[in-house]
Amino acid sequence: MMGKIHIRHGRVIDPANEIDRIGSVYIADGKIASVAEEPAGFKADIVIDASNQIVCPGFIDLSVRLREPGHSRKATFKSETRAAASAGVTTMCLQPDTNPVIDTAAVAELIKELAEKANYPQVYPIAALTQKLEGNELSSMLALKEAGCIAVSNANQPIRNLLILRRAMEYAASHDLLLMFRPNDYWLGNNGCAHEGPVATRYGLPSIPDAAETIALDQCLELAELTRCRVHFGQISCKRSVIKIHQANKYGLNVSADVSIHQLHLTENDIKPFDSAYHVLPPFRTEADKQYLRQGLASGTISSICSDHQPHDIDAKLGAFPETDPGVSSLETLLPLMLKLVSQHAITMEQGIAALSEQPARILQLRSGALTPGFPADVCVFDPDMDWQINKQNWHSRGVNTPFWNQTFKGRVTHTLQAGKVIFCVPSYR
Amino acid sequence: MTDNLQLNAEGKLKHFLTIEGLSQALLTEILDTAESFVGVSDQQIKKVPLLRGKTIVNLFFENSTRTRTTFELAAKRLSADVLSMSIATSSTSKGESLLDTIRNLEAMFVDMFVVRHAISGAAHFIAQHTAPHISVINAGDGQHAHPTQAMLDMFTIRQIKKDFAPLRVAIIGDILHSRVARSQIQALNALGTAEVRVIAPKTLLPAHVETLGVTVSHNLTEGLQDIDVIIMLRLQKERMTSALLPSESEYFKCFGLTESKLKIAKPDAIVMHPGPINRGVEIESNVADGPQSVILKQVSNGIAVRMAIMSMAMQPHGVS
Repeated sequence: MMGKIHIRHGRVIDPANEIDRIGSVYIADGKIASVAEEPAGFKADIVIDASNQIVCPGFIDLSVRLREPGHSRKATFKSETRAAASAGVTTMCLQPDTNPVIDTAAVAELIKELAEKANYPQVYPIAALTQKLEGNELSSMLALKEAGCIAVSNANQPIRNLLILRRAMEYAASHDLLLMFRPNDYWLGNNGCAHEGPVATRYGLPSIPDAAETIALDQCLELAELTRCRVHFGQISCKRSVIKIHQANKYGLNVSADVSIHQLHLTENDIKPFDSAYHVLPPFRTEADKQYLRQGLASGTISSICSDHQPHDIDAKLGAFPETDPGVSSLETLLPLMLKLVSQHAITMEQGIAALSEQPARILQLRSGALTPGFPADVCVFDPDMDWQINKQNWHSRGVNTPFWNQTFKGRVTHTLQAGKVIFCVPSYR
Repeated sequence: MTDNLQLNAEGKLKHFLTIEGLSQALLTEILDTAESFVGVSDQQIKKVPLLRGKTIVNLFFENSTRTRTTFELAAKRLSADVLSMSIATSSTSKGESLLDTIRNLEAMFVDMFVVRHAISGAAHFIAQHTAPHISVINAGDGQHAHPTQAMLDMFTIRQIKKDFAPLRVAIIGDILHSRVARSQIQALNALGTAEVRVIAPKTLLPAHVETLGVTVSHNLTEGLQDIDVIIMLRLQKERMTSALLPSESEYFKCFGLTESKLKIAKPDAIVMHPGPINRGVEIESNVADGPQSVILKQVSNGIAVRMAIMSMAMQPHGVS
C-alpha cells in the first residue's frame, strides 16, 4: 500500500537542501510532499514517531555485489536487499562481475526483474565496459544504457592495454556514460592479498604496493583529460590517490571518488594473524593512508562512501588467508561505521549523511538523495544512540564475512522507506 | 600482534607455528631439550619411549625430502606411530578442501599433524580448526615461517658459538620468498643476537625488510665484514623467469659465496645452508664442503631439535 505517511518529531537532516531541524516529513504518492508545512488536506495513513531520531534521505550505495545471477550459493537478491533495507540503503549500484557478466541488455533486464521480485526495485546494474570483462572488446554500452545500466565499469578485471581503455572511455563519453573505475594495475598487483608493508613482510603474504593503485589512477586521469569521459574512482585506498584526485580537481578535471566504509576504519595493523575476514581488495593499508582518506572525505576530495558489499559463503573464507576470497559483507555496518567517524570528529553528521545520499546521487545524476518535494520518498530514520550487536539475530545478509562480527555499535536504522513504501522497520519499533 | 594460539593457558607449547611471540626462555628450553636428545641417535637402540602410543601424521602438501625424513625419524625415535602423506598427489587433487582432509584424518584418532603447505598461513589455519587435543607443527608454510628449521639452525650456531649476544649473522640470498629467513631472523633477534644482516639485491628483499629487525646490504663484499655466521639461502630457478634476476651467473658473481669472499668474514666464521644446495649458483663447492661449512651438522641436528619440539608440544598439559 502506498499511503500517506507522516514522520514527525525527528531531527530532519537533508544536506542537499541545507536542512537540519526538528520537524516533520510528509509523504504522499511515493514522493516527498513537504518537509515544512503540512500540505493542505493531508491525512496520514501511517504516522512514524521519530522522537530522538534522525530523519534523512535514504542511502545510495555506489558499489555492491548481491551474488545473483550466478553465485546464489553466496547470497541472493532476497537476502541482500533485505540487508540493504535494514541498513537504510534505498538505492544500490550492482557491479557487472555477475555470472553471466552484465554485458548484454538481457542480463541487465534480468537484474531489474530480480530486483522487482525481491520488492526492492532500486537496484541499478553497472554495465561491463568490455565484453565478458575481458578487457579486449567494447561492450554494447548504448544498448546496456537503454536497458537501465547507470554507468560502465570493468569491475576488478584488467583492461588489456591503454588504447582499449582510451577507446572505451571515448565511446562511453559519446553516450554520456559515467565510467566507474577502481584503479589497480594488474601486473603491479601481482596477485597480492595484503598491503605491501611491514605486516605482509612479517607474514610472508603476497603484497600489493600502493603504486598499483596510484599508477592506474594517473593513467585514467590522463585519459579522462584526453577523452573528456566522466570518471568516478571507486574504493580508493591510499594517501597519494587522495592527493592526485585533489590536484586533478584543482586543475579543472571533473572527477569524483568514493572510499569503502571499512577502509576508513581499519589498517594493516588491525589484521588478526591470517584472519580471512580481513582479506579485502584493495587491501587495508597504513594508518597514514587511513588518516588521509578521512581528511579527503572531510575536505570533499572524496565525496562519497560506499559499502563495497561483498557477501561470501562460509567456505569461501575458510582457508589459508591468500587462498580465500576477498571482500567484506558490509551493508549493515555502513551507518554505524559512518556514525563512528562522526563521534571520532573525523567528519560532521551532515557530511556523513551527504556522503551516503546527496553526493552519490550527484555522481549518478539521479533525482534522489535529498528530501526535495517531488523526489521519490527514499527515507532513512535512525536512532543515533541505540546500541546493538552485530550477531546472528540482528544480521540480514547471507554473508557473515565481516571483521566486526560480535562487536557492539551505536546507531541503528529504525525505518527505511523506498519510494514511499516502508521496506524496513526495526522489530522493537513495530 | 602476538601468536598466543600456539601456547596453552600455562604458557607451554601447544602448537609450533612460528617463532614470533615466543620468549627467549621458551626458545632456550627447546634448545636445551634438543641437547638431551642428541645422544639418542648415537645409541645402539635409537629410541626413547616419550611418545609411545601417540600417532603423528606428516602432511606434506609440498615436496620435501630432508624435512619430511627428519620429522619421520624424530617421531620414530620418540616411539610414536608415524604416517607420512604426500597430499599434493592425493586428496586435494580430487578437489577435497584442506579442512576436509584434516577432518578425515582427525577421525582416525591422530594426536599431531606436521604440516607443510605452499600457502602462507596454512598451518595457522589448521591449528585454528583442528580438534583441541591435536597439536600442529609447522614444517613450512608458503613464505611465512619454517620454525623448526630456524631452531635447528639456532641449535647448530649455539653448539659452535655458545653465546648469541656477541654474534653478527648474515643471511644471504632470496629473503623475499624465504620462510626460513623470516623464522631465522625472529629466532636470532629473540635470542639476543648483536646483529642480523640481510644481503641481497632489492628484488629479493621484501618491502620494509628492516622492520623485521635487520640491517640491510646489497653488496656481499661489504656485507660480509665482521660476520661470525653466514647463512646462505637457496635460489630457485623461477626467480630468473619472473624478472627478479638477470641470470644465475650474474647472481653468482655478485652474491655467490666463494673462498675469496669467505675470507672477508671473520676467520672463524661458519657457513650454513638450509638445503638443498645449488652448487655454483649461491655457493661454491669448495666452500660448501670446506672446513668452515656446518651444513651436514645442521641436517643431523634436525632430528634432535624436532624430537624436542614434538615432545614438548605433546607433553601432558593441565587443562588448556
